[in-house]
Amino acid sequence: MAMFLFELVMAYVATICFGIILNIPTKAFNVAGLIGAFSWGFYWVISQLGVGIAFGNLAAAFVISVLSMYAAQYKKMPMVIFNIPSLVSFVPGGQAYQMIRNFAIGQSQTAWSFFVQVVVIAGSIAMGFILGELYHQIWRYGLTKIVTRH
Amino acid sequence: MVTSSKAQVNVINACLLAGRILIENGSEMTRVVDTMQRIAHNAGVDSAQMFVTVTGIVISIDDTPNGQVASIERRTIDLGKVARVNELSREFAEQKLTLGMLIQRLKRIDNDTPTFSFWTRLIAAALLSAVLLIVFTGEYIDAPAGFVIGGLGYCVFYFFNRQFKVQFLSEFVASLVIGLLAVIAVKLGLGRYLDNIIIGSVMPLVPGVPITNAVRDLVGGNLISGPARAFEALLSSIAIGSGIVCVLHFL
Repeated sequence: MAMFLFELVMAYVATICFGIILNIPTKAFNVAGLIGAFSWGFYWVISQLGVGIAFGNLAAAFVISVLSMYAAQYKKMPMVIFNIPSLVSFVPGGQAYQMIRNFAIGQSQTAWSFFVQVVVIAGSIAMGFILGELYHQIWRYGLTKIVTRH
Repeated sequence: MVTSSKAQVNVINACLLAGRILIENGSEMTRVVDTMQRIAHNAGVDSAQMFVTVTGIVISIDDTPNGQVASIERRTIDLGKVARVNELSREFAEQKLTLGMLIQRLKRIDNDTPTFSFWTRLIAAALLSAVLLIVFTGEYIDAPAGFVIGGLGYCVFYFFNRQFKVQFLSEFVASLVIGLLAVIAVKLGLGRYLDNIIIGSVMPLVPGVPITNAVRDLVGGNLISGPARAFEALLSSIAIGSGIVCVLHFL
């Protein structure tokens, strides 16, 4: 439990730090940090339940996307201010590094397996964002309008 | 409907300025087009055509001979400016500003939006490296090394980027420096795992904005900007990766 809380704090801090590098407004810090922490916590819990990396990242990206949309409305700020910093904990940095390292030392077999992992994670995050965007559209225009529009 | 040509020129100028600031500082295309349309609409022009890409904007008002282009040469990331243009567009919609005031305020945003000081950014980058090192690897022992090397790496990136304005080169040099420092730190016994230190330290350089915007542009149906941004992100990743490869390969 203590470990879990610690991870949440870490995600919160990481989100705000990335926010500072991207120069987001100070007013947005807390909300962006909370979104980062919540989505990381969500990812942590569902990955404990044994879903794979693909679904875990997809679900987390979806959560980030939806929460950022509500935060953008609540704070009257663009959505990019919340979703980009929150994403930083999900970047497949470790796998990308292992891929490059194994290519550099000539272990192509291992490198390709890490490459697949990077593609899967990046793809699921993108897919999660796409689903979040779809949710956004449905929420904004109403389901009936989308269904009846040909 | 705005009829005098002077007023039309002002509307076009305001739209171009807002659009240029948004694209230069890392906004997604849907927002750019939306903001420009809103400004035109609120200024009394209902039929403006705009064509927006990551490297330039074309805008014209229907049935008039006016048409203008703004080219976009440099792209940095400053979400603060994006937020402020957004705020301004809202105020214009609520008619708290006149068109002349809008243009003036946009120019002010373009020239002097407060940014965090270099030291704040440096500490943020250092802290980000240390924190993500712990999150990604679950090891605490290398966090101090990650803190210092991540900060120094960002410092190199910042100054190279300001001096030469070639982003990919700056990323390459920064990751090269990070790799070398990490090797030195491990050799001197200041850190234990080379891999973990490098993973944490390159995180402040990750092209998060182009990746996210590429996805959003593609979903929004902008088939020119989406792939262009994806390519930008790919080039950044390759620059960072090759810096690290140089170090790993030759040591």
